[in-house]
Amino acid sequence: MAGIDVGQIITALIAIIAVPLALLGYIILGEQIIERLSDSLQGWIRPYFWALPAIGFATIFMVYPLLRTVVVSFRNNDDTDWIGFSNYKYFFTFPDTLTSLRNSLLWLVFYTFFAVFLGLVIAILVDRVRYESLAKIAIFLPVPISAVAASIIWKFMFDYQPPGTVQTGTLNALLGVAGRDPVAWLINATTNNAALIFVGVWTATGFCMVIISASLKAISSEVLEAARIDGANEFQIVRLVITPLLWPTITVVGTTMLINALKTFDIVYVMTNGAYGTDVIATQMFSQLQHNHLGRAAAVGVVLFIAVVPLLVINIRRFQQQEEQR
Amino acid sequence: MSVGTTTREAVRPRSAVSVIDRFGAGLQRLPLHIVIIIFCAIWVVPTVGMIINSFRSVSDMGVAGWWTTLFPPHGFTFASYQQVLAIEGVAPSIVSSVLITIPATVIQLTIATMGAYAFAWMKFPGKNLFFIVIVGLMVVPIQMTLIPVLQFFKLVHLNATIIAVWLAHSGYGLPFEVFLLRNYLGGLPREVFESAEVDGAGHSVRFLRIAVPMTLPAIASLTIFVFLGIWNDLLVALTFLGTSQYRPFTVVITGLVTSFGGGWQFLTAAAVLQMALPLAVFIALQRYFVRGVTAGSVKG
Repeated sequence: MAGIDVGQIITALIAIIAVPLALLGYIILGEQIIERLSDSLQGWIRPYFWALPAIGFATIFMVYPLLRTVVVSFRNNDDTDWIGFSNYKYFFTFPDTLTSLRNSLLWLVFYTFFAVFLGLVIAILVDRVRYESLAKIAIFLPVPISAVAASIIWKFMFDYQPPGTVQTGTLNALLGVAGRDPVAWLINATTNNAALIFVGVWTATGFCMVIISASLKAISSEVLEAARIDGANEFQIVRLVITPLLWPTITVVGTTMLINALKTFDIVYVMTNGAYGTDVIATQMFSQLQHNHLGRAAAVGVVLFIAVVPLLVINIRRFQQQEEQR
Repeated sequence: MSVGTTTREAVRPRSAVSVIDRFGAGLQRLPLHIVIIIFCAIWVVPTVGMIINSFRSVSDMGVAGWWTTLFPPHGFTFASYQQVLAIEGVAPSIVSSVLITIPATVIQLTIATMGAYAFAWMKFPGKNLFFIVIVGLMVVPIQMTLIPVLQFFKLVHLNATIIAVWLAHSGYGLPFEVFLLRNYLGGLPREVFESAEVDGAGHSVRFLRIAVPMTLPAIASLTIFVFLGIWNDLLVALTFLGTSQYRPFTVVITGLVTSFGGGWQFLTAAAVLQMALPLAVFIALQRYFVRGVTAGSVKG
């Protein structure tokens, strides 16, 4: 294990011990000082004192950067001069960026739909068998796996060799068994986006399933039994009873997936690096950043943010409703 | 909320059914079992296939699929692991991953718990507004913040240091953690805090002796979730560490995948090493793990 920097290890150890200690000192010393103040002053200062580190971090790393990115998006690539809407014009007219926009829309629709739909279907199916917990573990298995590892896993599944040679990729070997020609899944323009989106769905279905399954368990068996006595068959029960009852959960999971779809970066970056027309907004932004095109990258970021705003509003509304119920 | 629990009893009465009827019913349910097994296979086989491949030689991987190894001669070998670990920078990057992940987790959870306490148990002007901003920040894509944060790190001479990544991860993780812990802390019984106050305990005592111990289950789930999130992160490390010598494992693997082109097959070993920790944590701490992952989306 050569090449390990001892200095970094010491820095890390200091951080692990010193940061909590420093915050502990901050709390105890700060409280001592605050307790000496007049009562009204205490009530004023104390909450801000406690919330300050969190609010400070959120401000430095999120609120200020958000505003600053909007400013940078109207500036040139070195961030030295104002150039109006040129960066946006570039984003909405240049073929490469338009491709990334199209692909992100594909992710938004298909990734979200299939992750939630499959999560729902599997949750309902496994609810009816005795090996439910085992089946759920199987479906959930990709969730803890990083997108980097998942991408390598699926690079093998999609592996392609020219026709006539041995297919070592699982999918093309299966096609061979069926007597079909191998497909270059990740290069072929008709399959590559679908293939990448499928990998995304594969990593997310377990998450959707677990959450939907938890609400499914909360539906009382009496409701289902009543429907059965009324002569409903299993498909009608799923469609007319279970799905409507699960709808609030489905929308919550759905918004989470929409946000994931917009933020998609790792899978595309590792598997194709955006080549062969698979770029998405997030990889497009990263490559602009790597080319030091700050203004253009910022404009892409703003587009991404604008896409998130409706979800942001939904999230805040839901939060406010929950607060009223507290 | 665990993967493994079934709370509802089987619905159909079983006692009055004859053996033949039961066999018939079982046959009727056969399609159900087949569908479930196909789903399970799609979700498990790729991972298993790659793990098997990581124990094969690169030349074997080139001439036959992983499934051929299921029959003798197996030809298992650790060659890929030796090859991967021998690449310059791979072994140190695993250490870097640990050095990034642990402090970043500790820093943000300490700050988040403090902030959550203020939001749950103190009254102050602007509290609701601040908290709504935090709820909003939970969905903001971090891409939106990368450029200014990068400029900020350059300004304070932290760019491409491990400290920058700790701070960035902490900033990005905080909104969700404050939100979650505040909901949990706010659900604790008011009487406990009030009686402590009557006994003369100040806020620091109430926080350290009551709030933190009573929130430990939530903190534990969150710790697992945050820890693995950082361990698996690619974008933040890629942006703020770039080509520095402290790149974590995910960044180094990604660099190898994109630069190798043809001979990338032995990187299966790297992928297995990278996912070993998350999988071990998932299997060992299933209940906490699932609770941590799902806590954000489902209330209560």
